[in-house]
Amino acid sequence: MRTLFKFHGGVHPPTHKAESTRTPIAQAAMPSKLIIPLHQHVGNRAVPTVQVGERVLKGQIIGRPEGRLSSAVHASTSGTVSAIDMQTVAHHSGLPDLCITIIPDGKDEWIEHSGVDYKQAPHTELRHRLREAGVVGLGGAVFPSDMKSYSNKHKIKTLVLNGAECEPYITCDDLLMRERASDILRGAEVLRELLYAEEVLIGIEDNKPEAIAAMKQAVQDDQHAHMEVIAVPTLYPGGGAKQLIRVLTGIEVAAGVRSTEKGVQCFNVATAYCAWRAITYGEPLLSRIVTVTGNVEHAQNFEVLLGTPVHELVAQAGSKPDTDRHIMGGPMMGVDLPSGKVGVTKATNCIIESSPKLFPPPEPALPCIRCTRCAEVCPAELQPQELYWFAKVQNFGKTQEYDLFDCIECGACAYVCPSHIPLVQYYRFAKSEIWQREQESQAAEVARERHEYRLFRVEREKQEKAERLAQKEKAALAAKAAAPAPVAATANAGDTDNTVQMRIDAAVARAKEQAAGSQPKNIDTLTAQQQADINEIQARRAKIREMASNAGGDDEPPKQS
Amino acid sequence: MLRVLIALIPGIAAYVWYFGPAILVSITLASITALLTEAVMLKLRQRPLKPFLSDNSALITAWLLALSIPALAPWWMVVVGTAFGIAIAKHLYGGLGNNPFNPAMIGYAVLIISFPAHMTHWLTPNMLDGHALTFAEQLNYIFNGVLPAGSTLDAVTMATPLDTLKTQLHLGLSVNDIREMPIYGHLAGKGSEMVALGFAIGGIYLLATRVINWVVPLVYLGSLFVIAGLFHQANPAHYVAPLFHWFSGAAMLGAFFIYTDPVGGPTTFKGRLIYAFGAALLTYLIRTFGGFPDGVAFAALLMNICVPLIDTWTQPKVFGKKGGGQ
Repeated sequence: MRTLFKFHGGVHPPTHKAESTRTPIAQAAMPSKLIIPLHQHVGNRAVPTVQVGERVLKGQIIGRPEGRLSSAVHASTSGTVSAIDMQTVAHHSGLPDLCITIIPDGKDEWIEHSGVDYKQAPHTELRHRLREAGVVGLGGAVFPSDMKSYSNKHKIKTLVLNGAECEPYITCDDLLMRERASDILRGAEVLRELLYAEEVLIGIEDNKPEAIAAMKQAVQDDQHAHMEVIAVPTLYPGGGAKQLIRVLTGIEVAAGVRSTEKGVQCFNVATAYCAWRAITYGEPLLSRIVTVTGNVEHAQNFEVLLGTPVHELVAQAGSKPDTDRHIMGGPMMGVDLPSGKVGVTKATNCIIESSPKLFPPPEPALPCIRCTRCAEVCPAELQPQELYWFAKVQNFGKTQEYDLFDCIECGACAYVCPSHIPLVQYYRFAKSEIWQREQESQAAEVARERHEYRLFRVEREKQEKAERLAQKEKAALAAKAAAPAPVAATANAGDTDNTVQMRIDAAVARAKEQAAGSQPKNIDTLTAQQQADINEIQARRAKIREMASNAGGDDEPPKQS
Repeated sequence: MLRVLIALIPGIAAYVWYFGPAILVSITLASITALLTEAVMLKLRQRPLKPFLSDNSALITAWLLALSIPALAPWWMVVVGTAFGIAIAKHLYGGLGNNPFNPAMIGYAVLIISFPAHMTHWLTPNMLDGHALTFAEQLNYIFNGVLPAGSTLDAVTMATPLDTLKTQLHLGLSVNDIREMPIYGHLAGKGSEMVALGFAIGGIYLLATRVINWVVPLVYLGSLFVIAGLFHQANPAHYVAPLFHWFSGAAMLGAFFIYTDPVGGPTTFKGRLIYAFGAALLTYLIRTFGGFPDGVAFAALLMNICVPLIDTWTQPKVFGKKGGGQ
């Protein structure tokens, strides 16, 4: 029996997992269209490689990775590209992003593809295949997997495979482990190879006995050496990478530190599964398992093509009419989708249909009485009550002193708060304000440098001009000295004075004219588009200012944009 | 916070049993004053009434204040103390959650400094012979300041056991001689020791239901015991035994109901250790060497002042940053 470690705090919210685990994973119906965002991963947005009107095949790259940290995006089925434009995407900001819309032709016709034997292929090729197949972390972080499968800098001892799935309602990894355990483990074996890791520890919360049994069976059947399936206690947020690493290995990875520096790498079980499909069969990441649950007739897990509109997906689970919003992710950390029209992305592990009955609006927040229930449950061992206090009065420097950026936004603090304070909203607000200010100060720094350079340049030009003048004068003096007629020179003297005065007058007049003519003109001749942009920017600034002043108000949470 | 009120009931019951129902009058009076003051202040601060009047925090202040002052205190003293605590110590600092000092202890401090004479007239427990006042007589004194004919204030009240101890020690008596006096029982003062026991029972209920954290009560009582024990060992004739300190004055009330007030208390584990130890040390020093009969309230206020500093000093290291690697 392996000794497990503990992380500080944690909570036990009702799990609500049974609803969606009664039936096996179902294939979701072919949607009427696919809205595929080109930015479904951490890093640079993929660059479109197709044109509107072009026919694409299933598995064809429609967005190629751009730069080192990026990932490919594919057509999830065969069909015709109907649009490449900005659309609302599955992100809580509600901001539009570049998407490719495909109208499926129903043939589901594959592009030619083939895999390799991972034991034969060089590691660089395997990593390249992961990148080209668009494999990213499916636990929610969507970090490109090829970038995580290096081990040259740090020696990796342990590969942690995360099947904990600690958030309530979500069961996509549970079902995947029950049904496709052997492919998950083979994928883990590939990743272990890539990392030269000594062992693979598979952490699964002990409220998933079927998944644990299936995975253990698969380890035995396929005779995986160096692999161990470990049941970890059910305790939210035990499925956070850092918490699971802590529980399995005892190692604490601080914020801003890569786990590889401590000899551990962590992948989600679904990522391992996709890595296996990508390398052995050449199948890119085209679909994922999505739990559809909450206010539905029959909660279930679906295998869903990426880009499937959320409202078409939830209809298949029988979304009830009083549903008022769709939550992507779990009830603790999930985000409200801006609309049901957005497409399912690589990060969409769960859609909870929410109704006022299922998730009643939170009770009004009361003052914090510093009871420290929040500190007792904080897995990052922060002092949430202090962070709240400083975020509320917008003392952002202090929030950073109290390690605001170590907050993983798990929401355990808000869950236990007897005053119903939406604590995480305060932390997100403080973080975004700090980011905003850093950007502003960087911009100011650039502006300052430019200004200083300009002063330097003006000074230099002045000096150069003075030098030139001095030389000219010298030359003139030399010429004068060379002139032989002193009489003419005296006669000319008064004359010269006059002409000099005239020249000065003329120059002053010219300068005045110039000054009159050089009013700033760059805001007079704006196009309608530019004017609209300016208005929009000013409106946004006003909104931010208003938000900031609202946040200072007594017990009102800051409004998230 | 309803549970805190429930937890006070055993102590109050003992109070009524040994000293008559006068305490219920002052508790009622303080409660009404607290709710009225709270409502007026909320109105002035343009805050909603309902959530703040129904959170019981004003009632806790009222009950704690009423229990800290003599039950026979004139009605206006109860009103002044409570109103001052709620209006000045609580609302002028920003209301619930923002008050650096415990409002009940501020109310107590105002009264003991302004009206020291009234604050020494504690009811004599009714098992001591003398003329125990009837409820009607108690009421008549609280509201009209009139005692029954032939009775004097000195006949029906006395100094607290702690106060008596201090006075008698000054007169040169030894602890053992003083403890022979009829006002003392097994642990401390007759009657009042049972009230303290009632508060301890309520405190254990609060610990069991996890309404309060265990660190402060445990460390406070432990430190008080050790400090008193050391002095007692050094000179038993001059320094009374630790148990006497536990069951005298407001030690039990402080340990479970006053120092555990989260608003003015520290939030870190180490901070709570320091806070509770400091409170115990100050309690002992004020009781033994100071000019006031009890030190619990002043210890609370003095430690409240230190809380921001204590909290800043004792910030724990966060996940992954504790040093020492694993």
